[in-house]
Amino acid sequence: MEETKFTPQTWPDHPEQATMEGKNKFVGIWIFICSDIVLFASVFATYLSLKDKGPAGMEFSAAELYELPLAFVMTMLLLTSSLTSVFAMYHMKNYNFKGVQTWMIITVLLGLGFLGLEIYEFYHYVHIGFGYTQSAFSSAFFTLVGTHGLHVVIGLVWITCLIVRNARRGLNLYNAPKYYAASIYWHFIDVVWVFIFTVVYLMGVLG
Amino acid sequence: MMKGLKKWRLFSLLAVMTVFLSACGEEYITTLKPAGAVGKEQFNLLLFSISIMALVVVVVSVLYLYAFAKFRRSKQGEDHMPKQVEGSHTLEVIWTVIPIILLLILTVPTLITTYKFADVKAMEEVDEEGNKTALTVNVTAKLYWWEFEYPEQGIVTAQELVVPTGEKVYFNLKAADVKHSFWIPSVGGKMDTNVENVNKFYLQFDEESADLKDGVFYGKCAELCGPSHALMDFKVKTLSREDFDNWVAAMQATEGQTANADSADLGEATFANSCLGCHAISGVGASGAMGPNLATFADRNRVAGVLEHSKESIEKWVTDPEPYKPGNLMTGKYGELSEEEISAVADYIMTLSVED
Amino acid sequence: MSSVAVAKKKGFGATVWDYLTTVDHKKLAVLYLVAGTLFFAIAGFEALLMRIQLMIPNNNFVSAGFFNELLTMHGTTMLFLAATPLLFAFMNAIVPLQIGARDVAFPFLNSLGFWLFFLGALFLHLSFFMGGAPDAGWTSYASLSLYSPGHGIDFYVLGLQISGAGTLISGINFIVTIITMRAPGMTFMRMPLFTWTSLISSTLILFAFPPLTVGLFLMLVDRMFGANFFNHTMGGNTIIWEHLFWIFGHPEVYILVLPAFGLFSEIIPVFARKRLFGYSSMVFATILIGFLGFMVWAHHMFTTGLGPTANAIFAVATMAIAVPTGMKVFNWILTIWGGSIKVTVPMLYALGFIPSFVAGGVTGVMQATAPLDYQLHDSYFIVAHFHYVIVGGIVTAIFGSFHFYWPIMFNRALSEKLGKWTFWIFFIGFHLTFFIQHFLGLMGMPRRVFTYQADQGWDLFNFISSIGALMMGVGVILLVTNIFMSIKSKPLNCRDYWGDGRSLEWALKTPVPFYNFKQTPLVRGFDPYWLEKHEGNKEGMTYAEPLGDIHMPNNSIIPLVISIGMFVAAFGALYHPDGVSWSIPVIVIGLGITVAAMITRSLKDDLGFHVHVDEILATEEELYGKGGNK
Repeated sequence: MEETKFTPQTWPDHPEQATMEGKNKFVGIWIFICSDIVLFASVFATYLSLKDKGPAGMEFSAAELYELPLAFVMTMLLLTSSLTSVFAMYHMKNYNFKGVQTWMIITVLLGLGFLGLEIYEFYHYVHIGFGYTQSAFSSAFFTLVGTHGLHVVIGLVWITCLIVRNARRGLNLYNAPKYYAASIYWHFIDVVWVFIFTVVYLMGVLG
Repeated sequence: MMKGLKKWRLFSLLAVMTVFLSACGEEYITTLKPAGAVGKEQFNLLLFSISIMALVVVVVSVLYLYAFAKFRRSKQGEDHMPKQVEGSHTLEVIWTVIPIILLLILTVPTLITTYKFADVKAMEEVDEEGNKTALTVNVTAKLYWWEFEYPEQGIVTAQELVVPTGEKVYFNLKAADVKHSFWIPSVGGKMDTNVENVNKFYLQFDEESADLKDGVFYGKCAELCGPSHALMDFKVKTLSREDFDNWVAAMQATEGQTANADSADLGEATFANSCLGCHAISGVGASGAMGPNLATFADRNRVAGVLEHSKESIEKWVTDPEPYKPGNLMTGKYGELSEEEISAVADYIMTLSVED
Repeated sequence: MSSVAVAKKKGFGATVWDYLTTVDHKKLAVLYLVAGTLFFAIAGFEALLMRIQLMIPNNNFVSAGFFNELLTMHGTTMLFLAATPLLFAFMNAIVPLQIGARDVAFPFLNSLGFWLFFLGALFLHLSFFMGGAPDAGWTSYASLSLYSPGHGIDFYVLGLQISGAGTLISGINFIVTIITMRAPGMTFMRMPLFTWTSLISSTLILFAFPPLTVGLFLMLVDRMFGANFFNHTMGGNTIIWEHLFWIFGHPEVYILVLPAFGLFSEIIPVFARKRLFGYSSMVFATILIGFLGFMVWAHHMFTTGLGPTANAIFAVATMAIAVPTGMKVFNWILTIWGGSIKVTVPMLYALGFIPSFVAGGVTGVMQATAPLDYQLHDSYFIVAHFHYVIVGGIVTAIFGSFHFYWPIMFNRALSEKLGKWTFWIFFIGFHLTFFIQHFLGLMGMPRRVFTYQADQGWDLFNFISSIGALMMGVGVILLVTNIFMSIKSKPLNCRDYWGDGRSLEWALKTPVPFYNFKQTPLVRGFDPYWLEKHEGNKEGMTYAEPLGDIHMPNNSIIPLVISIGMFVAAFGALYHPDGVSWSIPVIVIGLGITVAAMITRSLKDDLGFHVHVDEILATEEELYGKGGNK
């Protein structure tokens, strides 16, 4: 593909869909997310049917286990990172590569903060005896939240790769769709977390 | 005229089906000669649905064979160019509406019977003295054998279910290890035995089994449960209410029956030493045994569910159960027995009976 | 890079490398076809062993344990590793041609999908040599599969997880391809029905495979890492597996049967020389079947004890599926009606399909009658029913399409004469095998039994059924013979082999060049090739663009490397419960290979290459002689 030099004036309004490949990526990521929704729905359903289920005399229940303040901080971190990725996309449309990179780096940092807190939370639970193999409830909790955590890790690796590989190349119609797809994926992770916060933590603590 | 023709067609189809279907199978195992109210209703549903479906198959096949025969290129010439038709709204409506009507007709008995078969409220009903009015049997499916507990009567048996005729018998179904499924084909449709919950359903036995070839109906495990899934058979003996009450009394009379390790009879002594740990010989008790209860062994129809009921079978089985039921849980549990001991044990077991 | 534009005779090594790295949908179709046929033969052989065992009562041709391995691997292989890839072969080969595309939307992912599928399948089959195959049935119900000793179930879980990921990726690829890559003028309502059914079937994959992935994952961590999802003593629940499995499992049937419907909807109009009757209602019925397919999974669980309300709802929903399916059948018959029917081998399969599939469909409605299903469930009646659907519907479609599309895929034709013999032997064998099994079920024979006692009245029917199975085996051998014979036959080098082709793929001259269309076609109506042909257009299509450079994707070995990483990691996970010290390192190394390959892919620019006009002309000349594709 011939490299065309763009200016903010010649840069298309929808850089992510300006090429055939871009359009494919755009449709593809949405289709993939449809599939991922079903995946999370299945894990959510499993969690809900195994919530508080365990061997006779199990000492942990959702109402006593979860700590809302921590979950709330995590939620805020991830929501903010979603917002910063929107800023990155805004700069992408304006052909401001530096803005894209900066906001994407902030997104990654916020994501890392979230991940750190999640690891702390898991460590804490295991430490007090709520391990993965302790009951059906614990297996279901770690699997649901862990699946989301894995998605966060993949998202972070993905965005980091994009930031690194394109640092020298600058913005073009080849990598704009890649940034766009990564940001859509990141929003999706955020939305899933909102459900986890509601279904696992809020509904867990409230009964 | 058309209507009359259709009715006549349906009727004759039904008649042919009845004859054809009922010619199939042995009466102690086939679903096509039902010996109970539930099975009969299911058989009627089978006839009803098969008639509707046969009608569909016939209509489709006739249309298709006719089209196929009539519009062959060899008949119309190599160059014949058919009219390119897009479709027809009228036809689409017809072949949407007619199937919907046929299905609605089928839906009515489906829904009614679904709810009817699930109605187990009578399990909880009691008479003035607080006794349950309906007979309940707790079925526990275990790796390759069946345990039948009669909680109200305080008795338990295995491998051969004994039930009275002419009344609804209610079942609590559960599996002890892996999932199985409880099925008596000639009496009525099945229900799974799950590991984590109790399933409830009822059957009604309308024929006494004494006149059958083996004097019993055949029961099956219908859910794959391991290597010997195919061999996880049980038998059902149906008795008149009076005979059943006598049987229950005889079972209750075996209370405390046990084998004596110091007995002069080698069979009894060996049994007490090697077998009694898993196999009780008193019919009084509850479910949860390691091995099948043997209180009624001599009255039964098979050894280990599938072998011919004879001393030789017991000897073969006790010598090494593995070839006869691969993966069973008895192999290797009772130490080495000499040939003499095995023969004596077989003789002893063959004396365990509650019938005269 | 662009020097590959001209296909030259290559050495063996170069050819192998070409296929390992290819991203060309036509070559991937060949790979799918070969792999699918291989697994079909293996699974068919397993079926024959089972039928020989059941030929006479109390037989001991195979042991009880091995029989359970056979029945598990037969079902699993046929559905996941034979029917799916064979249909994918046709979807890959034909769909891009039908919509006028040069390739699929994600050629790289297309290749990745294949290699994940293939290595997953290979992994599963290694179980036979490494301590025993899975033995809990293709449904692998949780209590039994947790109880099952050895590594069989672990192979099942890991193998299907990997190959399932491949299938999901391919599904996404097809959806995007059909949405974005259609040629100008190819509106949704002008798409051939095979493309439509591929689209809906891929959508079903999209929604049905995640529950399977989750179910398999739960089973994996339960068996290998001590989780408690299905361990009821620790609060787990095995019914969750049944739900997850069937939420996947029922749509899976439609994932397979819808493309089969599509194939027949291509075959029938060609040999009836008549436009597909009721096209729009066919499309509507396809969508409706796909939708309803997700609403009926619990009809596999009528005897699980979900209660009368659930049973009633699912009974009615299941019956409803009969309506759109019936619409399709009548539309096919009306397509034949008034046509000019030429009885070729593909048409024979199509004609055999209609009554067989209808028979399978009506027994499905009988089982939807929940109270009746209490008798039929898990009996041989079920076995008969789903084989009527799968063999009568899907296998006939695949065999018919072998003949139908062979000229486009390989520039060779399969023998009609041998094909007719194959059809009759296979078809008669099929009905002999399975018709009688309905009655075995009604006579009280449970399914998945490795043997049966002689005194139950089942002997004769079982014997007849086994004879039928042997006939089916002969039929398959004849088909494979036919395939091998075609390799030696003369290249066709023609366009529209059957003479009455209607959709765009028939407008192409064979062999199809690697870029498919030298100019993107302009689609001016439904059945575009038929339209152009009957307006006297000798070239078979109108073009949407002038002759120009063509952009094509690069080959890549990375998909294979990614898949090998997963394959290696699976071995680590498999032996984890044995407590071997190397299991975690192997998992890490395997996943490391996969991740490293993915990052390499991400960091490297892959812009593809351009085929210049003079190279296009040279290719055309080499393939079709002077004047090129005229």
